Amino acid sequence: MSNSTLSFWEETGNGRTGIMGWLTSTDHKRIGLMYLYILLAMFIVGVFLGLAIRLELIAPGRTIMDAQTYNTVFTLHGVIMIFIVVIPSIPAAIGNLVLPIQLGAEDVAFPRLNLFSWYLYVGGTLLALVSLFTGGGTPDTGWTFYVPFSEFTTTNVSVAVIAVFILGFSSILTGLNFITTIHRLRAPDMTWTKIPLFTWSLYATGWIQVLATPVLGITVLLIFAERVLGVGLFDPNKGGDPILYQHLFWIYSHPAVYIMILPAMGVVSDIIPVFARKPIFGYKTIAFSSLMIAFAGSLVWAHHMFTSGMSDTAVLIFSLLTFIVAIPSAIKVFNWTATLYKGSISVEPPLLYALGFIFLFSVGGLTGLILGSAGTDIHVHDTYFVVSHFHYVIFGGTGFGLFAAMHFWLPKYYGRMYDKTLSKVAFYILFVGFNLLYFPLFIIGLQGMPRRYYDYLPQYQDGHIISTVGSWVLALGLAIMFYNLIKGCLKGEKVNGRNPWGAATLEWTTPTPPPLLNFDREPDTSRKPYDFKGVTPDE
Amino acid sequence: MSNHVHKDYAGAKLGMWLFLFTEVLLFGGMFVLYSAYFHEYPREFHIGGKQLDVVIGTLNTVVLLLSSFSIAAAITYIQQGKKKLALIYTYLTIGAAFIFLVNKTIEWRAKFHHGIWPDSPHLRELSHGENIFFGLYFLMTGLHALHVIIGMVVLSVMVYFLKKDVINQQDFVKLENAGLYWHIVDLIWIFLFPLFYLVL
Ligand code: HEM
Ligand SMILES: [Cu+2]
Repeated sequence: MSNSTLSFWEETGNGRTGIMGWLTSTDHKRIGLMYLYILLAMFIVGVFLGLAIRLELIAPGRTIMDAQTYNTVFTLHGVIMIFIVVIPSIPAAIGNLVLPIQLGAEDVAFPRLNLFSWYLYVGGTLLALVSLFTGGGTPDTGWTFYVPFSEFTTTNVSVAVIAVFILGFSSILTGLNFITTIHRLRAPDMTWTKIPLFTWSLYATGWIQVLATPVLGITVLLIFAERVLGVGLFDPNKGGDPILYQHLFWIYSHPAVYIMILPAMGVVSDIIPVFARKPIFGYKTIAFSSLMIAFAGSLVWAHHMFTSGMSDTAVLIFSLLTFIVAIPSAIKVFNWTATLYKGSISVEPPLLYALGFIFLFSVGGLTGLILGSAGTDIHVHDTYFVVSHFHYVIFGGTGFGLFAAMHFWLPKYYGRMYDKTLSKVAFYILFVGFNLLYFPLFIIGLQGMPRRYYDYLPQYQDGHIISTVGSWVLALGLAIMFYNLIKGCLKGEKVNGRNPWGAATLEWTTPTPPPLLNFDREPDTSRKPYDFKGVTPDE
Repeated sequence: MSNHVHKDYAGAKLGMWLFLFTEVLLFGGMFVLYSAYFHEYPREFHIGGKQLDVVIGTLNTVVLLLSSFSIAAAITYIQQGKKKLALIYTYLTIGAAFIFLVNKTIEWRAKFHHGIWPDSPHLRELSHGENIFFGLYFLMTGLHALHVIIGMVVLSVMVYFLKKDVINQQDFVKLENAGLYWHIVDLIWIFLFPLFYLVL
């Protein structure tokens, strides 16, 4: 290993050291880590709120909080998890760490814009926190800010929606930066069919970020305007139409689901072949299906509104389109399975989390079909079936994808390895806890337990008890996982060599940890990203 | 360590175009609302449109079109190395933006004078459709005016860069991108004008 280059930990490139070296750094690796730290901290806050929700629901009637507090807690839980944690999670944090190196570039196309996006993200997050403690109290509308309630509630919705606007802006700029980077900064010879699938997935994601997020921006601005000016665009008393709000909201928020899930799929596509030691099955199909998901996923928003009043034709069309989006996702699952088939599999922690992703995402995806067909949706709409479905997709999908990514890539950036046995233990606890927590919700949802209700009939209690117990098991798993990762990054055994997993993408050809400008020699782009011939893990 | 600054002309342009897309989409959301409500209240939109001042609207359209020309001229001059002319035409663009805003203020003041502002008692007495029409009018032209202001700030920064020679004959992509931004502000107005002032 050449020691002529310092790692990005030691070399800031802007002449500053210490905390200022970080806060003014335009190095994509530092920015990625700064995203990661904040969003993980916010994730933990969100988990505590989730645990509080579960505790409240362990028994009918009041348990630990009153009804209004409950409303604010689930709103906060949703806003934090969706806008602050999950949307930036893999793209902004892991994407920043990995994408330029996978392309053989020294940084992203607009490094200063990248830092600016991070500041917007921090600003949006702080403002969201401000909305808790100021004005008329914590927002209680749910993360969807549905009108007319969000126009008239006395809680601090105005500040919260501005926070969401700023977070959205940050997301747009990250997407824009990544798209430009992928177009302009690929190493010579890094053709489109040599781009690793994780970066491909970020490319598709980038387009959704750029094309869908502005619609969210205008939607939340309109809520703000409505609250301040009382125009009445969504208020039936003044000629407005609340359904139009729902359309605008979901035109963003459905595609946003793919901002959350596509990058996780990319992570899994990069991890599976490494631990099966086989080229990925159907590289082009996987890359192309990401674009298909991005495209088709933008056309299905109204499946959230089957019960809001739409023409039968519209319902039919949106139902059909929704089914069509399932196809590219299913293609990916088949490709991953085919890659694993007859591979020489080594069950390392990143693979375990990736497998967890495939299982949980499949459960979430299949139950999505039940929601996508109008007939069955009308039965389960706004019940716990939906809550369970989206936790399987978003937490089981994006969450586990993020965990997989952290286990896979962090050793590269910290130069240290966590305790592999402990991380497997954490995984199994997490996995069991997850299913205990969310599976019963499918059942009580089918039985008719509505979501966002503080109280319920005694017949649903068994399901809620199992679920609450599951939430503690899950939290235990998370605690062990984080403990292990943090300890590993700080004090773990040093990683020997550049390529601990024996992967073939470019980030594994750089020193561990990488130097400021990523490479200490010309990146070798002759090799395909999943061609493992002659690549062995450095012991 | 590394003093190398990478300059990527095509990359900078691509980034700007992507950003302009997002601006169009931001207004796109409002245009969706406009078309939905126009579909619902065609008569009231017609009545509302009659009450707007076509003269001021037309004047502002001309002002913006001229400003689009002047910023394009500024870019051409800096490409030819004529810094002074580039500066003058950038100033002219900022001036046009200012005139636009003055007109807008006069126009809005007149509306306020007639008791028309969002949620005003007078509007509440009018029909639902007219309320929505004026609501959209204030929101959309207001959002557009905000973009005019942002554009003025951006162009002022360009003036500073021109003076400091950060923008010069070799490296003018910043001014080009600012110009693109200004064209979008113009373009959006070109859509707003017929929608509000000339509603059939
Ligand atoms: C320990 C972990 C978690 C627990 C115990 C938990 C629990 C819950 C519960 C019970 C609800 C239903 C609230 C209601 O509808 O009344 C809920 C809603 C929600 N959760 Fe979680 N959750 C957890 C983790 C997550 C994660 C990781 C995400 C990330 C996406 C997430 C996102 C959401 C969202 C978006 C809602 C919807 C809130 C709403 O409907 O307004 N949750 N959660
Ligand atoms: Cu959806």
